[in-house]
Order: sequence, then C-alpha cells, then structure tokens
Amino acid sequence: MLAFIIRRLLQATLVMAVVALIAFTLFRFVGDPINQMVGIETSLEERAALREALGLNDPVAVQFLRFIWNAVQLNFGISYQFKKPVLDLIAERFPATMELAIVSAIFSMLLGIPMGVYTALRRDAWLSKLFLTLSLVGISLPTFLIGILLIFLFAVTLGVLPSFGRGDTVRLGLWDTGLLTWSGLKALVLPSITLGLFQMTLIMRLVRSEMLEVLRTDYVKFARARGLTNRAVHFGHALKNTMVPVITIAGLQLGSIIAFAIITETVFQWPGMGLMFLRAVQNVDIPIMSAYLLLVAFIFVTVNLIVDLLYVVVDPRIRIDARGA
Amino acid sequence: MTEPVLSVRNLKVEFPTRRGRLTAIDDISFDLMPGEVLGVVGESGAGKSITGTAIIGLIEPPGRIAGGEILLKGRRIDNLPPDAMRKIRGKRIGMVFQDPLTSLNPLYRIGDQLIETVQTHTDLSAAAARNRALALLTEVGIPAPASRIDNYPHQFSGGMRQRVVLALALAAEPELVIADEPTTALDVSVQAQIIALIKRLCRQHGAAVMLITHDMGVIAETADRVAVMYAGRIVEIGPVRDVVKQPHHPYTKGLMGSIPTIATESDRLLQIPGSMPRLTAIPKGCAFHPRCPARFAPCDQVRPELAGRDRSQVACWLYHDVPAPAELQP
Ligand SMILES: Nc1ncnc2c1ncn2[C@@H]1O[C@H](COP(=O)(O)OP(=O)(O)OP(=O)(O)O)[C@@H](O)[C@H]1O
Ligand SMILES: [Mg+2]
Repeated sequence: MLAFIIRRLLQATLVMAVVALIAFTLFRFVGDPINQMVGIETSLEERAALREALGLNDPVAVQFLRFIWNAVQLNFGISYQFKKPVLDLIAERFPATMELAIVSAIFSMLLGIPMGVYTALRRDAWLSKLFLTLSLVGISLPTFLIGILLIFLFAVTLGVLPSFGRGDTVRLGLWDTGLLTWSGLKALVLPSITLGLFQMTLIMRLVRSEMLEVLRTDYVKFARARGLTNRAVHFGHALKNTMVPVITIAGLQLGSIIAFAIITETVFQWPGMGLMFLRAVQNVDIPIMSAYLLLVAFIFVTVNLIVDLLYVVVDPRIRIDARGA
Repeated sequence: MTEPVLSVRNLKVEFPTRRGRLTAIDDISFDLMPGEVLGVVGESGAGKSITGTAIIGLIEPPGRIAGGEILLKGRRIDNLPPDAMRKIRGKRIGMVFQDPLTSLNPLYRIGDQLIETVQTHTDLSAAAARNRALALLTEVGIPAPASRIDNYPHQFSGGMRQRVVLALALAAEPELVIADEPTTALDVSVQAQIIALIKRLCRQHGAAVMLITHDMGVIAETADRVAVMYAGRIVEIGPVRDVVKQPHHPYTKGLMGSIPTIATESDRLLQIPGSMPRLTAIPKGCAFHPRCPARFAPCDQVRPELAGRDRSQVACWLYHDVPAPAELQP
C-alpha cells in the first residue's frame, strides 16, 4: 500500500515537473519579460540591470530550478497587468472557480447517476428514451450556447436568476464564499448547470453502459438465481460494481470541469481563475498564464491521486495487488 | 409412487432473432425424483443451460417459454408472478454455474453474500445468519471458516470459490439443485472433489440434482439417470447403467464411444463427424440424420418422438415402428 502511494506520488511529481518545464518555457521564451515589465522610455542600462537582477542572464537550467523553487513556495512573480503578486490574484479568484466547479460536479452526479441507473434498468421506458435524446443534445451543444440559452430563458425572459457575477459573498478566513447568501446561491444556478450539463450527460451515459455491462455478468445472474430481490440485485450488487469505473471517470472529470470553467466564466462574467486566465492571454500576462497552468496541472494530478486511492478503498482486488507490488 | 420433485412437460423455449424465431428447446419432458441425480449431456448449444435457466425462470427477454409447463412438487412454477418465482429461486431451487471465478461478486465479502442470501429466505437475525453462514462454509469444506468468512472472493482459489458457490446455492436448503457444468472451469485436480462434494451434500440434504456436464465420465460415476440432448431435444433418457453400457441412439453411441476420464479432460464430444445444425436451420425429420451412420428411409422425413423401451426412452426410428411408406414423400 505504501509502495503504491509512493509510486503514485513519484509519477505525480514527474508530471508536475513536465508541466513546470512548459510553464517555464512560456515564461522565458514567449516575448521578452523585460519588455513586458518596463516602459518604452527605460534606458538600455536600466534594462540590463533589471535583467541581471532578475537572474535572466544565468544559465537556463539554473533559471529553471529557480522557477521551480519559487513555484514550490507559491511565488509566481508579479502580474504584468496588475503589478500585484500573482499568488494574491489567484487567491482572490480561486474560491469562485472552485465553488462553481464543485457545485457543477455535484449537480452532474446527483442527476447523472440516477438517470443512468434508470435508463439502464428501464431500457424501454419512454422516459429513458427522452433522457437519452436529451443527453445527445447536451453533448452536442457547445457550452457557451447552452449558457446563452439559459441566460435568455431565465435571466432575460423570466427574470428569475441573475445573468452574470457571483452575487454577494461572505468572507470565511481566506475564502470568499457565495454559498452562504441567497444572491450568491442564485448566481450559482445558471453557471453550474451550464458547466455541469456536459458532465451530467457523460456520467449518465457512462453509468448506463457500465450498469448494462454489469447486469450481464455472471455474478448478477447468480445473485438472481439465489432469489435476491431486484432491489438487492440492482442497487446492491449491480450499482456497487458500476460505481467503480464511474468514480474514476467522474473524479477525473473534476479536473476538466475546472479547465472548462474558462468558457462558462466568460459567458457569465464569473470572477474566477478562468476569466483571469483569458484576460491574461489577451494581455500576454505570462506570470498569470504560467501560474494558472501549474495550478490546473496540480489540481489534475491531485484529483488523479485521490481517485486512485479511492479506487483502492472501493475495490478490494486492487488493495491486494497493490500490497503485493 | 412418490411424486417427482420436478416435472418438465413439453417445454419449449424460443428466442426471436433477426433471422426468425429460434427454438432453443423444442418439446422436452422429463421428471426428477427426490434425491435423484439426473445427468444432462450433449454438445455445446444443445440447450442444456437454457433448460436449467428456464426451470429457475431466468430466461432473458426477448427469449421466452413458448409452451409446456414446469412443475415443482406438482405445482406449476413457469407461470408464477415474478416475485413468487423469485422466492422459489435459491429457496427451493439452488443453482450452481460453470465459472466460480465470475459467479461471486468481487466487491462483496463472501460472508456478506452468504448472509444476504440466508436473510433473503429466512427470518434469521444478522448474528444467526452469520452463524448459519459459518456452518455452511464448514459444511462445504472451507478450512478455518471463521477466519475466511470476511475475505473477498479473489482471496480464494478456484476450487474453494466453487465450494463457496455451492454453500450459497445450498444456503436455504433447496429441494432441487441445478449444477450447470460446475467443474468445467476448474483445475482438473479439484474437479473430482467438487463433484463428490455436490453429490454428498445433496444426498445429505435430500436434494435432487440436475447435473449438466460435457463429461461422460462424471455422469457415469455420479448420476442415477442421464438425459442426452441434441439440438434442443432429448434424444435418449434412462438409467445411467443402461444408457452408458447399452446406448441406443446413434448419437449416444457416438458420445459413449470415447468416455473421457476425469484425468484426460473432456474433449467436448467432438468424436462424431460433422457438427450440430444451427437452431435456425434444423433439418426436417430427425435433427441428427445428416450425421447419422445408421440413417434410413424415414429419418429425413418424419421426426421420431421420445418413446419408451422399459426404463429408458429413445427418439430414433431404429427402435420404433417405421411410418408407412405412404406417409413418406419420395
Ligand atoms: N440470449 C439468446 N438469444 C438467442 N439465442 C440464444 C440465447 N441464449 C441461448 N441461445 C441459443 O440457445 C442454444 C442453446 O444454448 P445453451 O446455452 O443452452 O447451450 P448448452 O447446451 O448449455 O451449451 P454449452 O455446452 O456450450 O453450455 C444455443 O445454441 C444458442 O444459440
Ligand atoms: Mg451451457
């Protein structure tokens, strides 16, 4: 078990190192950092001095190590646009994105799993066919279009939900939460549906196909042959086995929800990291870009790790194999 | 005369397929007496498993029982509402499948699977059900059951897993056990043990057994009677001694031609030239006639019915009155 965790940690570190290299390359070679930082009127001597002070004349390897060292200490430099430490900027936006992503993920699972189970168990019911048709729509419509349609319907036509922003937030220590105010909750509804819809259809289809697969297995047949009730067979044996791959995929999707949040945040002017990243790209604000890249990669890797460990908890076979390995 | 545990009367099972209706079981009848072991043999696809599946009422739609009846202790069970049939499964009819590796849910401890089964069919408390589970594991020969009951299936060997499966099938003391190739997936070295165990347990519990297998050696050693199936029909049925020593149907003769012993691993009864017809294209007359070394005039025209010859019955024109030539088309 310990060996398993250590191996996974090493893999994760390797992935992070590769991403750091990309972020560093971006930082170092896309445009000249000095040009981005200073005005046109800065003299050549001043530029050279700044270059020396920032260590840009050191060998690339040294610079890379310094970049990593800084990143590990969460020092991502100063934003070109805002002239503020990138870390502070991220800390301001991080809660908005995380709340949106987590609420979307919960929404997508709370609906996707029961819908998947229903469509697998009642294959011929009209409701199943409706779900499947709708899920096709959900998968094929682009996120921004869904967002705009929802805004049109609920914000413009019905006027019941806000179309942009986060509403009122409450500060809990370092975390700015919108979950504790009525307007904050209302503001979350449309963006999280927009962001979660694709995941929901994905989870529904995944649960459905996994469940159909599991229902064909010998152990389900044997469970029926032992006279277990349909409830025990479907929601005990079949669902438990279905959830193993679903947990993996759904967990891994959390990473892509955060990545996809860029689009949703743009549509809803959601003050999160995605919106900040997009602005940074428009303004070639490289410290923010590379910090965002590192952060998203870090979240991906962490989620991956947690999913792996969860998998071990759920599936006894892996527990043993891992112990042996 | 005692009442049979199981009576199958003119059973017919059909599957609608894209190429038309497929009759997997075509009009079979047999009885199983209390405590009797009936062996069922026949080539792959002959309909052995479907017969067992039909008896416990688990034919998957769109497949269906298209005719005949199944009686358990004289009561029809083929037309019961689903929940009434569910209560019979496991409680009165136990089933053992071919592959112990896949018959147990990998995510459930074996104890939980046993307790769940016991509690489904009895009013026992959780603690009492656990004791019952321990007793069952002891009975099927799992050493140190108290330390094994909370293990997962993958922590057992194939033979041990099949013992657990057997414990599950016997958990509610069924009157009938259907064992569908219970040893095919197992190591040769443990096959004989499992067969002996099934036989001993069923005798102790007074359960009748329908033992489906490819292995004539197992049948010869274990069964009281044997039914030989071909293309969805029973072609010969009778006491093992008669059928094995003096087979009548040419197909049975072919099967007996080389009884594989347990040690040589069954060679899937392929010693008869040719292969069984597809069920959507069963030839007219006797389904076996294209492969039959002894075929004659009526065989490709009229289907022979299973008919008595003392204790055995056989469906072959060699042993029946041949229909008048007028009935046969040239
Ligand atoms: N779900 C199904 N749909 C269509 N046909 C089926 C289905 N299940 C079984 N059959 C048909 O029923 C026939 C009998 O199958 P069955 O499983 O009973 O054979 P078997 O005698 O048990 O063979 P084996 O020795 O390989 O287990 C097969 O030829 C198959 O074509
Ligand atoms: Mg079979």
